[in-house]
Order: sequence, then structure tokens, then C-alpha cells
Amino acid sequence: MSTRAKKPERTSDRQRMVALLHGMLRIRRFEEKAAELYSLGNIRGFLHLYIGEEAIAVGAMQALTGEDRVVATYRDHGHALARGLPMGSLMAEMYGKTNGCSRGRGGSMHFFDASRLFYGGYAIVAGGLPVALGLALADAMQGNPLVTACFFGDGAVVEGEFHETMNLAALWKLPLLFLYENNLYAMGTAIERSQAQLDMEIRAQGYGVPAEIVDGMDVLAVETATQRAVEAVRSGGGPHLVEFKTYRYRAHSMADPDLYRTKAEIEEWRRRDPIDLFIAGQEIDASTVAELESRVAAELEEAVADAEAGEFEPLEDLERDVYTPLP
Amino acid sequence: MTTFREAVRQGMREALEGDERVFLMGEDVGRYGGAFAVSMGLLEEFGPERVRDAPLSESAFVGAGIGAALAGMRPIVEVMTINFSLLALDQIVNNAAALRYMSGGQFSVPLVVRMTVGAGRQLACQHAHSLEVWYAHVPGIKALAPATVADARFMVLDALEDPDPVFIFENAILYGREGELDGDRPAPYRAAVRRTGGDVTLATYGGSLWKTLDAAEELATEGIEAEVIDLRSLRPLDMDAVLESVAKTHRLMIVDEGWRTASLAAEIGMQVAERGFDLLDWPPQRVCSVEVPMPYAKHLEDAAIPSATRVVAAVREMVA
Repeated sequence: MSTRAKKPERTSDRQRMVALLHGMLRIRRFEEKAAELYSLGNIRGFLHLYIGEEAIAVGAMQALTGEDRVVATYRDHGHALARGLPMGSLMAEMYGKTNGCSRGRGGSMHFFDASRLFYGGYAIVAGGLPVALGLALADAMQGNPLVTACFFGDGAVVEGEFHETMNLAALWKLPLLFLYENNLYAMGTAIERSQAQLDMEIRAQGYGVPAEIVDGMDVLAVETATQRAVEAVRSGGGPHLVEFKTYRYRAHSMADPDLYRTKAEIEEWRRRDPIDLFIAGQEIDASTVAELESRVAAELEEAVADAEAGEFEPLEDLERDVYTPLP
Repeated sequence: MTTFREAVRQGMREALEGDERVFLMGEDVGRYGGAFAVSMGLLEEFGPERVRDAPLSESAFVGAGIGAALAGMRPIVEVMTINFSLLALDQIVNNAAALRYMSGGQFSVPLVVRMTVGAGRQLACQHAHSLEVWYAHVPGIKALAPATVADARFMVLDALEDPDPVFIFENAILYGREGELDGDRPAPYRAAVRRTGGDVTLATYGGSLWKTLDAAEELATEGIEAEVIDLRSLRPLDMDAVLESVAKTHRLMIVDEGWRTASLAAEIGMQVAERGFDLLDWPPQRVCSVEVPMPYAKHLEDAAIPSATRVVAAVREMVA
């Protein structure tokens, strides 16, 4: 675990710190609102909240350019928001409306945005990894100096697709960045009960993939480590892996009674809250925080309004987009 | 004369020559020359980047085909047999088939996957099945089954021109079969009448086509003229062509190497019942594989899959 960075003195750095906080608050408040709307029945299906893990999406995304490609998981709200997908398009997606980022076809677990090279949330654990491999392969073959960043969790690393993808990415030296969000539980199964080797550095070494393990509750540590890895990947160093130790405060999904964790454990992680600690560590004053909160609240209000105002897909379009229309 | 194997290779060669986005990827497609020698020589012509050997990681290299297609390439992924493709079903069904729909039309997946199917070489229970219907069941993908050398060549090109995932099922018994490769390119996704006749329609595809044509010749010696429809495309199914023939013959027999239960034959028979019930003078019939995992012993394998003899016997029953 890295130590927290010191408070920067320059104005531009201060602005950047405020922007990071803003990014994390956007996700936190979005998720809280999503939970509320789920309880009201406005959002249905499965809903997996990112609360507690905000520092990862926000920090990691700082290290990528808009031309790099991103592959996410089913817990994709944070990744999408940090990538710049409009909040209203995400809320509308969860409402099942046509102004949603996937026209209401995907819902919470399947956010997509071609214009932002956001290749989607994948709800088969590890299922996005081979796709990311192919995106990176295409860039390597076409000589594009781009990086594909693929998020996945601790459930994925015991799937065969993770190992196949690690092996192939290393074998072919592809520009693939493995971003491992280790929140310690695959649904209700603790990593100690599912992984024979808990040290990802050792596992990655087995494939010759350099790995770095960082505190996923520290946005600056996340950013710095990801930046290092991105630079290495972009300069032809082949795949790299960064593991973020993190925790989700909420249950796996809204359907999960959360019987497998102790309150004490959850409280212990809450004391390391990425937002609270960042505010304290950076000495961001209360008025700045209040101002950010009101900006986020306004954006959220607008996003909900967008979702409410959106149209449902007409039934005659039920079969649209199964196939690409032929000329 | 050209073999089916050479024709597939010719189609891939034309694609590799004509479009720099095209590449071939799969187990032993390069240095080995293809498990069935289909890609023999392509490595020397196009190099290891574009004729890319992949390790035994079906899920990863099929998924990589999906990702590469999303990012502007035109991959041809070869899976050694349809039984091995089951290791990649997650990528095929959950990703390739669904991506366009679940992204609200933002992402098409112009992926081509080729694989061998079928029995007849004593390869037993894990190398020789005909599971094409499993793929034909899935909205979002298309499924082709070449039986002639022309289709072996041109279906590769048809598939590459399609913006969506296309699966090509090559019955391995056909690779050594020879035919004339003239220049005519058939319309894609349409069935073809391979033999005309007015007494019974025999609808089939892939490796069963030639057995069915043999059966038709034998039936002709008994005065029964069969019309043989080569489906060519298993999804979409060209049911108009089948119904047009049934309107003439009023009798339908489907020859399908898949298992009988929930088979393509079942689907075709049901669609004819739905759309052409009044055309029928006899209940639709089928000759399918016997419902056993494919046995090794030759006499058992022969008995397990459709044969001209079984087709002839079954047709005699319905054209009494």
C-alpha cells in the first residue's frame, strides 16, 4: 500500500485535486440516487453499486486519453461516468428509455458508448477480457499507439478467460492494461475461499506480466500507478496489470441480503473512505466541497429529468438492431 | 477440378489479398497448415501476423476475434471442430451475438468463424458432432453450411462482407471432394435447387447433400423423382425456397446430420406446417442422426448418421 500524496501547492494542481473529488462525488451521489430509484421501482433488474470504489474509476481514467479503449464490468456506472458518458444517458438507460446510452436494451449492467470508445459493461464475469484482447490486437496490427484498458474483479481472476487472456496478451505483447478491482468478494464468496494464490503479483509473474498492487481507496495512488502502467504499455512494453485493493460498502446487488460480511469489517473499510480521506488529505475546504455537492446535485436532478422525459422504444422496434441493416 | 479444401483456401486467399483488414486466426492455422490442411501455404504467402497461430484458448481467441472486429479488423477465426467451439460459447452467444442489440445498435461485430462439423471419419464422441442448430438458434448470428466447392470458396467472401457475425460450418467429410470451380458466385443466404423433381422435396445441407443426391438417383430408378434443396444458409433459413418446392411436390423430407430432437429438421418441418400445411399430402418426415454420442466403431458410426440407404427407405414409405 502506498502512502498518501502530500497536498499540492500550485493552483493548477489544486484545481486538478478538486476535479478528482468532483469525479468521485459524481459517482457516489449517482449511485445513492440509483439505489433510491431502485427502491421506488423506477429502476429494475439487477443493480450493482460502485460505492466505496470510486477512487479506482476516477484515478485510472486520468491516465487514459480519449482515444484509448475501455472495457468495463457489470458494475459499470463508475467507469462510465469517469469516462465521460453523460449522466442523463446512464440514468435513462436504467429507466429503459431510448435516450439511454444503450437505447434501454442493456440496463445497468450494459452501458455502451461508441463515441467514447466505451466498449461496454459485461455481465458474464471475465467475459470482457477476451474482447479487450481483440481490441488491443487490432491496435497492434494497425499500428495504432492506443491502449485498451480492461476492468475486472476478483471473481474474474478465477475464470479461465482471465488466464487465457493474460497468456495471449503477454505472448503477443499486446497494448492491454489489466485493471483489477479486488473488492475481496465475488458476490458472497471471499477471495480466501476462491483463490489458491491471493498474491496477484505472483500470479501475473507466471505469465510474465508486470503487476503493481496499490491502495484502491487512494485516488492519487490509483492514478500514479495506472499512469506508470499506461506509459509502459504505450511504449511497447506489452500488457501490464494494476491491482486495486478496494471494498464495496453496499451489498453485491440490490438483491443481496449481505449475510457473509461482518458489520465491523464494513465499518473498518468505511473509515478508509476514498472521498473523506481525500478531502482531509488535500485539506479541501468545506465551502469547496459544498459547491461541488450542489453542482453534482444539479447534474443529478437533470439526469433524472432526462430519464423521466425519455421515450420508451416503440414495440415495433423490438427486433431492431439484432442485425445490421444491409444496404 | 478443385477440392473443397482448396476452394476454402482460395476464398480465404482472395479475402487476404483483397482486404488488408482480413486475417486468419486459430489453432495450427499457420505453421502446421491447418488441422485439415485448409490453410496450407497461407502462412508463407501472408506471414505470421495475418495467418496467426493461436494457442488452445478457444474462448480467448474467439473473443479476440470479436474485439478485433469491433476495432476495425475483419478476422476469420478457425476453430478446429464444432465440439471445441463449445469452449467459446460464452463469447459467441453472450458477446458476438448480443453486442449490437445490447448496445442499442452502436457496435456491429463483423466476425467470421469457420469450424468443421460432422461424422464419418471414426473420430468418436468429442470430434464429430453436428451442432449447427445450436448456433442457428441464436439471434444476432448467421450460419452457413457450404456443400459445393463454389460455396466453399464464396461463402468465406459472403461472410466477410456481412457486417454481423457469420459462422461457416464445413463438414470435414467434404474437404477431399472435387468439383468444378467456375466463376459464378451464388446469391448469399439463398437455398439452391440441386436436382429437380416433382414427387418429393428433399431438403438438406452440408455433408448430407451428396448422400441425398445419391438417394435421389436411386429413387429415380424406381420411378420416384425427388427435388433436392440445398439450404446453404441455416440462419436465415430460405423457407420460401422450401415452400416453393413443396408446393410442387406436396411431400417433404428433411435430411439433417444433427440429432433428431430439437433439430433444424424440426424447425423446417414446423415452418412448413405453419406456412404450407395445405400444400402437404403427407406428414413431413426427417432422417437425422440417431440420438447417441457419436460412436467410434465404423459400423455403429455409419448407422448413427444419415445415409443414402436410410433416405431411400424413408422416402419409399411416404411415396407409396
